[in-house]
Amino acid sequence: MHWTEYFNPLLQGAWVTVQLTFYSTILGALLAFAAGIGKTSRNLLFRSISVVYIEVFRGTSLLVQLFWLYFALPLVGQAIGIDLRLPPVIAGVLALSLNIGAYGAEVVRGAIQSVSKDQYEAAKALNFTPRQALRSIALPQAIPEMMPPFGNLAVQNLKDTALVSLISLGDLAFRAEQLRNFTQDSTTIYTMVLLMYFGMALVLAGLMKLLERYVGRWRMARG
Amino acid sequence: MLFGFEWDTSSNWAFAVSILPILLRGMIVTIQATLLGFFVAVVLGLILAALKSAPLKIISWPAKLFTEFVRDTPLLIQLFFLYYVLPEYGIVFPAFLTGALALGLQYSAYTSEVYRAGIEAVARGQHEAARALNFAGLHTFTHVVLPQAIPRIIPAMGNYLVSIMKDVPILSVVTVLEMLNVARIIGDRTFNYLIPLSMVGGIYLILTLVASAGVRMLDQALPKRGLPLK
Repeated sequence: MHWTEYFNPLLQGAWVTVQLTFYSTILGALLAFAAGIGKTSRNLLFRSISVVYIEVFRGTSLLVQLFWLYFALPLVGQAIGIDLRLPPVIAGVLALSLNIGAYGAEVVRGAIQSVSKDQYEAAKALNFTPRQALRSIALPQAIPEMMPPFGNLAVQNLKDTALVSLISLGDLAFRAEQLRNFTQDSTTIYTMVLLMYFGMALVLAGLMKLLERYVGRWRMARG
Repeated sequence: MLFGFEWDTSSNWAFAVSILPILLRGMIVTIQATLLGFFVAVVLGLILAALKSAPLKIISWPAKLFTEFVRDTPLLIQLFFLYYVLPEYGIVFPAFLTGALALGLQYSAYTSEVYRAGIEAVARGQHEAARALNFAGLHTFTHVVLPQAIPRIIPAMGNYLVSIMKDVPILSVVTVLEMLNVARIIGDRTFNYLIPLSMVGGIYLILTLVASAGVRMLDQALPKRGLPLK
């Protein structure tokens, strides 16, 4: 097999990696906002759920979480009589987004808490409800602060998608392993794969920079 | 049976108790890999940081590109690369060493930034004051910059130590018998994945909580205004 013939299977895998990254980053961002805002909430229930979620998913390894969802969760389902067998795609996206969401939640919390106290006091003086203060005062200032760490987390998430190959999902890492088994040409294959991941990471970092510039305008006062 | 320990499948509790010593054997390997990987990351990161700050572009530029490349590619692929490609050039390491090397390599990209940030965080005025007091360049570095940079560097390094520990399960793909791999083998043989995998999650939670608390304590114990080096 000539090395140019590796492109086809590798690109197929890369497309799966792109999709996994896309869905798990979006879902992870939603979880990050839910748990990050939840941790700053005055409601004890919301706050405890968020704290437990963040601690559990930041405190354990992603691969442990992935294997737990894929191998252990069906047994929980069996015990309580529900079919919880997840297809690899679902288990993969779920593990990736739960994991990156927990890291993102700390970013969201930090950014919200870094909004100056005076701003909340001013909002209170103007008779804003806590929800209005969060939505119209805190978030428009906090979101631009979140963007640089979010960019790092998105690249982190792209790299983490390689782990789903271990539950037999046909992403780039999985295709590479298949090709290596078939051709034994590890040097060429893994060099190509490393470069492909590097290229995808650069594109993703560039896209996050664009998004950062876009939301940066929210910081400005609008009439 | 694994590592000479039998498991007892008569009840869930008995099973959990009987596999605990097996998982703890795996935990020891996890901790060994963490420490060795951390050591490689700390040393390699320092070398990278020094190269990146070199005045010659021909030295600093490749070091920067290398850091960027390592940081933007998955540990899993780097591990496969080292595991399958090095032997083709006659370099054969045991799986554990290859794994620790891959961990150290990946994290050296991060630690090199920690050194740089720690050194750059020392205020400009400190350099000027040292110059006004007629300190030599090296003297300034060892007596003014380093004592203030080290208390910033150590807690950040501690956080990466915890991250390395969470990445050790990836080494299971090259047959390293760390904690997750051990749990999977138990699961494969008993068809009970729930208990071993949940226990591994629990042990990880304890390990990271303890390690994070240690890092926080260290951070508070270190004098922020500078560590006397004498």
